[in-house]
Amino acid sequence: MNDNLIIAGKSYSSRLLVGTGKYKDFTETRAALDASGAEIVTVAIRRTNLGQNPNEPSLLDLVPPSKFTYLPNTAGCYSADDAVRTLRLARELLEGHSLVKLEVLGDPQSLYPNVIETIAAARILVAEGFEVMVYTSDDPIIAKQLEDIGCVAIMPLASLIGSGMGILNPWNLQLIMDRVSVPVIVDAGVGTASDAAIAMELGCAGVLMNTAIAGAQKPVLMASAMKKATQAGREAYLAGRMPKKLYSASPSSPAAGIIASVRS
Amino acid sequence: MNGAARQLVNNCRIAALIDALGYTGKRIALEKNGEIVPRSQYAEHTLKEGDKLEIVVAVGGG
Repeated sequence: MNDNLIIAGKSYSSRLLVGTGKYKDFTETRAALDASGAEIVTVAIRRTNLGQNPNEPSLLDLVPPSKFTYLPNTAGCYSADDAVRTLRLARELLEGHSLVKLEVLGDPQSLYPNVIETIAAARILVAEGFEVMVYTSDDPIIAKQLEDIGCVAIMPLASLIGSGMGILNPWNLQLIMDRVSVPVIVDAGVGTASDAAIAMELGCAGVLMNTAIAGAQKPVLMASAMKKATQAGREAYLAGRMPKKLYSASPSSPAAGIIASVRS
Repeated sequence: MNGAARQLVNNCRIAALIDALGYTGKRIALEKNGEIVPRSQYAEHTLKEGDKLEIVVAVGGG
């Protein structure tokens, strides 16, 4: 069955997108990425370490952009201006690459998105030809506005970044999916495999996670679990679950032909 | 440069700076005073006192 994820006209067979932060080393990063089956991987843009030997191995050596689709992000940016500058640098760094993840944060404790700055940055980036996948709150009205601006994917949080609290408001995710026609990808809050499955069962187009994998006791094993959970949740969504029956049970075995009681 | 003061020769070309830092051929991007300087312009682009440079690379992140 061909059930690819389409973002900005490009087709991806994996609906699991993963971050590359917080791993022990680049070898573990690569092993986790391979186990996850992810094709799209987020990266951050940071100042070079001027004191460091420039020939030390870098992320790009172990996670080559030729093998993975890089999704440069604006993590750590608190203003539209900083986010736009960061992604212009990313485009120069990655030789014209235009698919990006926009996130503009509101405060360092909650890492909750600042949607006003996010909208301002999205307008500029879309006008400059970027394909913007946007991290946002789970507000359906804002999500629709971001789609109208021209963002290619809407990525609401399920709970706070790095919290592992799971899908706290499935109804809001549903409200977003009812209103938005570009892919809706849960970004942030997934803690374990069932959270990824729940997001996919709700009908999300994909899930993006970092800490849930990198912060597990065994990151590579968790990456494999997340791959299966994402696939399982997607298949369950496509299969269409049975209706819930609140007050009546329904036997799985035939009601007829049960052997008679010998007492009485 | 990346938030710290650095002494360079007058009219230093960006290409010479990149070379001195060992970044030639590396995947980096450079911004001068808030504007991107494309790689193709490193050879002729010169720097003057007070210029603010940001030199960045891709790192692990979520």
